[in-house]
Amino acid sequence: MTTKAIDRVSGAQSAEAVPATALRSRHLLGIAGLDAGEITLILDTTEAMKEIAARPIKKVPTLRGRTVVNLFFEPSTRTRTSFEIAEKRLSADTLSIATATSSVTKGETLIDTVKNIEAMAPDMIVMRHASSGAPHLLSRICRSAIINAGDGTHEHPTQALLDAFTIREHKGRLAGLKVAIVGDLLHSRVLRSNALLLNTMGAEVWACGPATLMPAGVEQLGLRPTTVVEEAVRDADVVMLLRIQHERMHGHFFPSVREYFALFGMTRERLTLAKPDVIVMHPGPMNRGVEIDSDVADGPFSVILEQVSNGVAVRMAVLYLLAGGAQVHDEGS
Amino acid sequence: MRKLLLKGGRVIDPANGRDGMFDVLVDGGVIARVGRDLPAEGAEVFEVGRGLIVVPGLIDIHVHLREPGQEHKETIASGTASAVAGGFTAVACMPNTEPINDHAGITQFILKKAAEANLARVYPIGAVSIGSKGDQLSELGEQKSAGCVAFSDDGRPVATALLMRRALEYAGMLGMPVIDHCEDPSLKGDGVAHEGLHASALGLRGIPGVAESIMVERDVSLAELTGAHVHVAHMSARQSLRAVRDGKERGVKVTCEVAPHHFTLTDEALDGAVKYDTNFKMNPPLRETLDRDAMLEGIVDGSVDVIATDHAPHHADEKMVEFDRAPFGIVGLETAVPITFDRLVHSGKITLGRMIELLSVNPARVLGLPGGSLGEGVPADITVLAPDRMVTVSAGALRSKSRNTPFDGWQLRGGVAATIVAGRVVYSEEGGR
Repeated sequence: MTTKAIDRVSGAQSAEAVPATALRSRHLLGIAGLDAGEITLILDTTEAMKEIAARPIKKVPTLRGRTVVNLFFEPSTRTRTSFEIAEKRLSADTLSIATATSSVTKGETLIDTVKNIEAMAPDMIVMRHASSGAPHLLSRICRSAIINAGDGTHEHPTQALLDAFTIREHKGRLAGLKVAIVGDLLHSRVLRSNALLLNTMGAEVWACGPATLMPAGVEQLGLRPTTVVEEAVRDADVVMLLRIQHERMHGHFFPSVREYFALFGMTRERLTLAKPDVIVMHPGPMNRGVEIDSDVADGPFSVILEQVSNGVAVRMAVLYLLAGGAQVHDEGS
Repeated sequence: MRKLLLKGGRVIDPANGRDGMFDVLVDGGVIARVGRDLPAEGAEVFEVGRGLIVVPGLIDIHVHLREPGQEHKETIASGTASAVAGGFTAVACMPNTEPINDHAGITQFILKKAAEANLARVYPIGAVSIGSKGDQLSELGEQKSAGCVAFSDDGRPVATALLMRRALEYAGMLGMPVIDHCEDPSLKGDGVAHEGLHASALGLRGIPGVAESIMVERDVSLAELTGAHVHVAHMSARQSLRAVRDGKERGVKVTCEVAPHHFTLTDEALDGAVKYDTNFKMNPPLRETLDRDAMLEGIVDGSVDVIATDHAPHHADEKMVEFDRAPFGIVGLETAVPITFDRLVHSGKITLGRMIELLSVNPARVLGLPGGSLGEGVPADITVLAPDRMVTVSAGALRSKSRNTPFDGWQLRGGVAATIVAGRVVYSEEGGR
């Protein structure tokens, strides 16, 4: 992924990339495997899917007869709900398994757990796991299509896709935009997926956070690092905040939540440095008063709830495309 | 005891300044004569094939044999079978078994099992502290009497500077080295890969090179203070090499070893065609190119004393898990010679003589072991190398009980033709043992 990331930074991929006609991989393990054409295809397909949500009967038969298992080894409300709604709107048979009810607590390995589920012949497995690379491990042994719904601190591809879709809706493009990502860079899978996607599409991505949370090799990931939030936000088209996780709040990473907010918190005042039509994003869940002030979260520039809405459409698009891109039929009308 | 005559090979014996076509006569388990055209005189003749090289038996001073306690990974029998197949006539085994080898009784058990296996010589390394917990010194004197050749809490560093100081003083009194797994636990944290671009890209928690070097620096200072001998295990970071060089220049008794994977691979391997392959997970981790190149440089310029494998067998089930849950370590006994030949000798970085120093002469010197020499009267531990043999590494064909090698499928030039311990052929390519 890394050399590609570098190529992408220097290579100035066109944002007006011609959409691909299909995805090359049968899995969605990360943004790392996607080129600009594939990303454009997913975003274009999302537009069609979004239209379905506006209908009185929000359901199409596209995935009828297909079984999708949502396998969540890490707690998640938003992403799991979003996938479940997306699956149901496409008429898939769905089943969600959360860690608390899984065999993992009984000492079974991940591979055995998934092989058992596979023995019941699902078509796709949507997976969230605390270990980076867990979906990659499974993709080597599974027959089902694997969709990565977040692996450790590695990638969260559908989040980056819904972020890109939301940005594109507002800005009409991705190329040439200045996107400032502020927060816990070190532990963020959202950062890694967004860095890959936005670089591929020709945006300029800034990464801002305390030096203690700056990943090694940050520039080679295609990011412009800064520890000065004003520098990141200045003239930004998009400001994206990353969650500061509770377990990081009491370690060596920064002295206190209070100081974090003072140095990096997104306030209305700081936001005035950005472009007048800036949009503010957050993958959620938010810590109000830590990485983002309520004034900003609920303010006129915030598109945070739009991101959530778009998440369903993006996941419908991904499910649809990985299922083979069959014609989307109308059932309701 | 029967006689054996190795006939017709090129003998390289740096300890005795010998490099040429010689016959080697073994009698009673020791080397009786080295000379040209020796008569058989009733000895069994071992015809050394064309292009093969007769060298003092190779010694791997960093091996995990897993017995007692983890026999599903390796046993002393399977580990020594792996050793002789890899050309090693002797191995020194680390004490992190279950229970930890912190007691003469366990040392005796290991030696008994090794005698039963009757393949490679086994030199146990005793734990520095009871349970390798870093609190109280083990009975180092008793362990020495039982047969330990060095002390280490390997798998963990010697926990505190004070304990390391005392261990060096006490082991120094016994004339023994302390081998340290140098790693600052707080800097290592719960890291699983070298801190750098690839760990960042893959979302793996990083271990910086200085987690190692900071403790190498501590140990060099303490070796200087105490006048005792510290040996740095599995060195991987360029900063550590600098610390060792500085120590050596000041006359400190510090030696170090590098594992084949650390002079061959880099952390980029984690982000290859197959990502998150746990056969690339070891501790210390594969580091970046600058570090790998520094290890090569140290091997070439003499700063590195020893090549040792850190042979760390793990069961396939233990490795087929999420990357951050997999145990650290790879097997190394059967790939060390092909890698060393291919990457160091045939690439022109080092001479054959230097290779033998790194794999035989210096390991013997560092741990004060017999061996490393083909001088008359010394135990007849001999390795016959096949420098031009093309070897395709096959994990499934390893003699080790475990298969966790990152080199599966690699094609390498250079192998082992035969291994002879105390005058007895314990492995030969033709014999197919």
